[in-house]
Amino acid sequence: MAEYHFTTPISEEDARKLKVGDVIYVTGEHVYTARDEAHERALEMFEKGEKPPVDFEGSVVYHVGPVAWQKDGKWQIVSAGPTTSARMEIFEDEFLKKYKARVIIGKGGMGERTLAALKEVGAVYCSFTGGCGALAAKGLKEVRAYEWSDLGMPEALWVITAEEFGPLLVTMDSHGNSLHAEMDELVQSRKDKIYSKIGIKN
Amino acid sequence: MKDPAQVIHDTTYRLLKMAATILPKDVEDALRAAHEREEDPTAKTQFSAILKNIEIAKDGIPMCQDTGIMIYYVRVGSDFPFIDEIKDAIIKATRKATEEIPLRPNAVNPIVGGNSGDNTGVKIPWFNWEIIDGDSLEITAFPKGGGSENVSIVGMLKPGVGLKGVKKLVVDNAMSYMGKACAPNIIGVGIGGGADIAIKIAKQQLQRPLDDAHSEPEVAEIEREIFEAINETGIGPMGLGGKTTVLGVKVDYAMRHPASLPVGVAVQCWAARRSAAVISKDLEVTYLTHPLEGN
Repeated sequence: MAEYHFTTPISEEDARKLKVGDVIYVTGEHVYTARDEAHERALEMFEKGEKPPVDFEGSVVYHVGPVAWQKDGKWQIVSAGPTTSARMEIFEDEFLKKYKARVIIGKGGMGERTLAALKEVGAVYCSFTGGCGALAAKGLKEVRAYEWSDLGMPEALWVITAEEFGPLLVTMDSHGNSLHAEMDELVQSRKDKIYSKIGIKN
Repeated sequence: MKDPAQVIHDTTYRLLKMAATILPKDVEDALRAAHEREEDPTAKTQFSAILKNIEIAKDGIPMCQDTGIMIYYVRVGSDFPFIDEIKDAIIKATRKATEEIPLRPNAVNPIVGGNSGDNTGVKIPWFNWEIIDGDSLEITAFPKGGGSENVSIVGMLKPGVGLKGVKKLVVDNAMSYMGKACAPNIIGVGIGGGADIAIKIAKQQLQRPLDDAHSEPEVAEIEREIFEAINETGIGPMGLGGKTTVLGVKVDYAMRHPASLPVGVAVQCWAARRSAAVISKDLEVTYLTHPLEGN
C-alpha cells in the first residue's frame, strides 16, 4: 500500500504502477467531472469526429454532480462527493479506450467491462469516500470552465484545477484486480454465518 | 405581532441549513464510535474522511453534494392558528435555501425532462401531513439523498414465509447493494398495511434516534437480529470492508391483509440528515435536533 502524489496529465506508466490498496493525491489542470450525460455526449462527439472542449488524455475523470455557485462572477465548487459509478458502466470502457483518461474516481466500484478497459488502456479506478462533499471541495481549488452547462449543474462537464485532491483509494487497477469483486466474494463466502443470525439455514 | 408566514419560513430555512451542514448528535456519535471500533486500515481511512468531512461542513458547507430531494414531515395541531400559511412558507423557504446555502437543485421533471432549478415543482417538496392534538406545529426537514433511495425496496411477500422471510428480504437487499448506498447505513423496515403503507412506515423509522429500540420486545428483537446479520457481512463503510455496515435498524408495523405480507425497506446513507422544530401558537420556535446556542 503505497502513497503517490501525481500532477496531471498522468502518464500510462504511472497509472500502471498503481495497485489496489494504494492511495493517491492529485494536483493539476486535467481534472473533469462527468456523469451519465457527459459520458454519453463525449462518446457521441467522438463518433461524429468532433473535438470535446477539453483534452481527456492523461486526465482524472470524477463521477460527481457538484453543488457550485458563482461568487464575484466566478464559479466555485461548494460540495462535491462522488456519485454511484455503476451507472457509468455502460459508457466507461468505450470512454477509456477512446479518450485515455488515467484515473476514474467515483464510489461503489465498476464492473468487468471497465476492469478490462483499465487493463487495456493503463488506467485505474479510485474510490473517494461517498458523502464527503465538503472534504472533496477543499481539493477542487478552481473552476476554470463550466462546459456543457445545458446539461444542468449536476450533469455538466466542470473543468477543474485540483490541489492535493484525495485521499483517493485505488480499488480497481490495470492488473485485473478489483477490491469490489473481492468484497462480493467475501460476502458470498460468509453467507452461512450471516443467515444464521436470522435463524436461516443456507 | 410576528408574521406567522415569516416565522414558518425562517424556521424552515434554518432547518434546511442545519440538516445540510450538521448531523444530528446521535448520528455523529455513532460514526465516532464506529471509527474507534474499526481495526481494518481501509475502514479506518473511510471513517477518518467522514469525520473530517463533517467538521468542514459545520462551517456552513453542505456535507454531501447530494443535498437530497425535499421531503417534510409536518405535524399540525388541530388548534394551530396558522394552518393556511404553512405550505406556501415552506415552499418559499426551500427556494431561498437552494439559492443561499446553497443546495443542489434536485427536482427533475420525469416526463418532459428539465431541472426546475430551485428544488420545487410538481408535488415537490413532498409533504407528509399529520393532524395531531394541540395548538403547535412540528416541522421535520428530511432531505433524502438519491444513492440510498435507489436501493430502497418494497417486497410483497407470501405470508407463508413469515418473519424469517421478512428478515431475509432486508439482509439479501443489503448484500446486493453492498456499499453503493454510502454505508454505514441506517435501515428502516415497515411490515404490513399495504405496499404504500409499508414503505411509508419504513421511511418514518429513519427519524428515530439511533439509540432507541422498539417498545415491543418482539419487534426490538427483529431489529437486533437484522442489525447483527448485516454487520456480519463485512461489507463495511463504502463497501470496502469493515465491521460497520449499518449504524441502526429500525422496524415498525401495521396490521396486514390475510393474503399479504408487504415489507418496505428504506435505506439511509451515513449522511442521515434531518432537522426538526416546534412552532407554538404564539410563534415561539423550539429547535429539537439542532438547538440554538444557549438553549
